Amino acid sequence: MIAMSSQARARRKAEKLQAKAANDLPRSMRPSPVVKVITIVVLVAALIYFLFPIYWAIVASTKNPSQMTGSNGLWFAVGIDQLPDAIATNYSKLLGWTRGQFWRWVLNSLIYSGVSAAVGTIVAVMAGYATAKFNFRGKNAAIGVIMGCMLMPAALLTIPQYSIFHAVHLTNTMLAVIIPCSVSPFGFFLGRVYAQSSVPNELLEAARIDGAGEARIFFTIVLRILAPAMVTIFLFLFVATWNNFLLPLMMLSSDSLKPVTLGLYGMVSLATFNDRGALMMGALLGVLPVIVLFLGLQRYWQAGLAAGAVKG
Amino acid sequence: MTATTQSAKAGGARRAAKPKRSNAAKRENRTGWAFMAPFGILFALVFILPIIWAVYSSFFRQVSEGGGAYGGGELVNQFVGFENFQYVLTSSNFWGGIGRVLIYTLIQVPIMIIAALALAMLIDSFVVKHITGFRLGYFLPYAIPGVVASIIWVYLYNGQISPIVKGLAALGINVDFFADNIVLASMANITTWTFTGYNMLIFLAALQAIPHELYEAARIDGANGFQIAMKIKLPNVRSAALLAMLLSIVGTIQLFNEPQIMQTADPGISKSYTPMMMAMNTSQGTLTPGGDGPASAIAIVMALIAGVLAMAYALVERKVNAE
Repeated sequence: MIAMSSQARARRKAEKLQAKAANDLPRSMRPSPVVKVITIVVLVAALIYFLFPIYWAIVASTKNPSQMTGSNGLWFAVGIDQLPDAIATNYSKLLGWTRGQFWRWVLNSLIYSGVSAAVGTIVAVMAGYATAKFNFRGKNAAIGVIMGCMLMPAALLTIPQYSIFHAVHLTNTMLAVIIPCSVSPFGFFLGRVYAQSSVPNELLEAARIDGAGEARIFFTIVLRILAPAMVTIFLFLFVATWNNFLLPLMMLSSDSLKPVTLGLYGMVSLATFNDRGALMMGALLGVLPVIVLFLGLQRYWQAGLAAGAVKG
Repeated sequence: MTATTQSAKAGGARRAAKPKRSNAAKRENRTGWAFMAPFGILFALVFILPIIWAVYSSFFRQVSEGGGAYGGGELVNQFVGFENFQYVLTSSNFWGGIGRVLIYTLIQVPIMIIAALALAMLIDSFVVKHITGFRLGYFLPYAIPGVVASIIWVYLYNGQISPIVKGLAALGINVDFFADNIVLASMANITTWTFTGYNMLIFLAALQAIPHELYEAARIDGANGFQIAMKIKLPNVRSAALLAMLLSIVGTIQLFNEPQIMQTADPGISKSYTPMMMAMNTSQGTLTPGGDGPASAIAIVMALIAGVLAMAYALVERKVNAE
């Protein structure tokens, strides 16, 4: 225990020294204490703004309707020892309100997001690789059209998409959500940038000389190199699908097909609904998978944002 | 790349190179399109076909036929020429909605971008050493779906339960976040809350890609921290900022989630509060004239307005940049 903590302390010290060296500034460039304090104050104030609603939602998710209006809005209405009971009460109310569908909705969201992100990632990476490494007729036109659609208001497409899916009797099926969500011009763009910068031509050459077919080269070599990029694209498609509201709202009518966001919207739009604490619990449980994914895959989405920023 | 393949396959025979090349080119053409195909097919289905459908259907309107005075007949598509567009362009509801999203864009987008830029610069400045916590904290709202974010904020605007409203009231400030002249700002706050951190990360990534030698050189030339920020950092995030602005403008034109959720708490928000809500309700038939035709016409006019705005912004930006 002591050894571990001293080790940790040593590591932290080394990190600190490293950071100091990176930021080593001459005296004249060092910020004055006043500037330092102001900076910290501004950053902390911003942090409070961004985190307060989430904190409030956590507190509110433990309250019943009368505590919601009557108790201190900044703190739990009951003591810490009674908290598990309060949570259990709201949880069972949540399941009651949704007629037991709540976890079905979360599962639906996982299916929609997981499948469209998986399909979307592989097709986007294939297309990105194709435009980065091959010359084919119409390539530049294809790139232009896809990039142009990055600026196309995506929601505008939803209405005609609904009409088309309706015409072929695909509305109110899972495919109605999965197919539109699995196409991402942004994913194509990221796939292209990554394939350009990280797949060496020499490697492809060598594989070709060894007699490997193009499909084999792609699936055994290129995909392995592009794996980090694919995690990034997967994550962004996953979140985009999870957050999409208009599309499932238009496409789906069965309760059992709803993603969790649509289910929560259905609850909040009920005139008779007043159990906001239970709803807050549903909201928190419904965003948990996305947050876990973001926390777990931090370095990938940061790399993805960096690519979007620098090469964009 | 192609040259080496060919010479390898041609076995060094120069004369054979020409027909070989066209064969290789053909093969490359085929391979390229084969890898392109899955995305291309889906893209056509999700982007191209709907656009064509929208344009086509915007010239038709559904009318009931043969049902007598009380309707009830069969619905048939009737070619109406530009009637749907005429309806959209003369609809005060539509222009009211466009006006709202334009005001919204003009206020919300600059506030968000400037705030994101300022936060990114502060975090990137030499002052703050432990940035991971701030970075994650600012970004967290982006991971919250817009629907959930809107529900949370609608509750935080609610006078009966919100500690914010109650706290302000205790200070003697009584605000009704749903009042006619404030509700748009309340909505803008939700968008700002959700996307500022995301944009900040993009700017931060661009800032951190600037080589530190530039700062050293500037320092030797006698520049102070503020000058470095203005003369080196800002120009380097310009392209990222331009893209973020464009995407935000296009995004706010299709404002939908926030007003749709706020409607559950504020009956003052109409079915055509924003053009996107109007398009959705028209397509679902809860506004008249309803159906595909008028809905497509709304969507097309909206896309054109968004395109014109984005282009105008890009042109102005370029001009300012050049001067």
